[in-house]
Amino acid sequence: MNKILFSAVSKKFVMALAGLFLLLFLPVHLGINLMLLKNDPEPFNSAAHFMATFPLIKVVEVLLFLTILIHVTYGIILQILNWLSRPVGYKVRNKSETTAFSRFMIWTGLSVLTFLVIHFFNFYFIKLGLVEGDPENFYSVAWQLFSIPGYVILYWICFLLLGFHLYHALQSAFQTLGLSNEFWKPVIRAISLIYAIAVPVGFAIIPLVIWLFK
Amino acid sequence: MKLKLKIWKQKNARSGGAFETYDLDGVAPEMSFVEMLALLNQTLVQQGREPVAFDHDCHEGICGSCGMYINGYPHGPVKGLTTCLLSMRHFKDGETIVIEPWRAKPFPVVKDLIVDRSALDKIQVAGGFISVTTGAAADANAVLVSKKKSDLAFDSAACIGCGACVAACKNASAMLFVSAKISQYALLPQGKPEAKERVRAMIAEMDKQSFGSCSNTGACEAQCPKQIKLFNIARLNREYYKAF
Repeated sequence: MNKILFSAVSKKFVMALAGLFLLLFLPVHLGINLMLLKNDPEPFNSAAHFMATFPLIKVVEVLLFLTILIHVTYGIILQILNWLSRPVGYKVRNKSETTAFSRFMIWTGLSVLTFLVIHFFNFYFIKLGLVEGDPENFYSVAWQLFSIPGYVILYWICFLLLGFHLYHALQSAFQTLGLSNEFWKPVIRAISLIYAIAVPVGFAIIPLVIWLFK
Repeated sequence: MKLKLKIWKQKNARSGGAFETYDLDGVAPEMSFVEMLALLNQTLVQQGREPVAFDHDCHEGICGSCGMYINGYPHGPVKGLTTCLLSMRHFKDGETIVIEPWRAKPFPVVKDLIVDRSALDKIQVAGGFISVTTGAAADANAVLVSKKKSDLAFDSAACIGCGACVAACKNASAMLFVSAKISQYALLPQGKPEAKERVRAMIAEMDKQSFGSCSNTGACEAQCPKQIKLFNIARLNREYYKAF
């Protein structure tokens, strides 16, 4: 049974499912973030309050953290096993044609994880009382962060890397789940491209709009 | 043509290895890569030096013996060709060519450019077959197969097990090989009765041989001399999930 649960294919299957679940979460988060563009802090703060207190969301939150944990842990385990599968490397770099960004998934993934940790310090830990701040006024916390040029640059770099990650992630997940063939592959690739551009650009545009017009 | 060859030399699986540089003159553009190496070895033997050990057999791209990693490409820079069908006209006069053995934990170097690829055979033995009663040949029309499926199965069956997919993959994964072997049976009615046991056994053996997992980079498809398609890996995944 262990052979089946922890086979290379099963591990990828779990990673793909976890990854797709995370892909559902991002547009929800983006939708709330877009409220930052309003001059009135009330809609954003009440949305944040709702997300922090509504019981069903609390359940989803646990599921979300669990999913992140599984996706990251499996990703790292698989990467280490993959490195071990080639103990002696080539002298000449492999020039085989590969799909864009597929070779850098571990690095783009770890960058996103690093951002997530920073993000927790900036927001989630305030809610838990671990970091000082007003949990009922995340609007002003966000605006404050976006007024720091260094933070905004880091934010943009992280979302660029997230875009790279997502572009391969979505199409790769479908292939791993066995849901790809000659007909659907170009369609899935197009959806991946649209998603990988739209979501990170949506997030990245918020500090830009604030900086330019507010 | 005059060439500078940097070739991996290694005495056996236990010893370390290093690159050795050879200058070779008199290479004709119409020679195959394997013939070029034979010319090198002829020259080396005449000089009383040790020849380079490399695998080759059929010289027509169907046996899968002649795998080597040439200038960063398994089987060299031309798509859809094995090393034995790669002609020297694809290289420039005076060019330096670096030749390395396949690199993967399941493929230990036997000597120089020769690696032990029996890990692939073990995957095949685990389930890459159908059990049939021998005797009189069955009537060809007793089991109907659509043209489309028969063509797809044939395309997968074109896999020669050379290991270029493993050599090209950043994870040294054998998924394209296994997917080709699974697909050739999964697409045909004859393969159905043992489909579940087959895919479970072959994946288990693939893991046991410590091949990596699939990151869907597509390097295997790009380097496969038989141009086995990535869709086979999606089919392999489907077959695996269906097996429970």
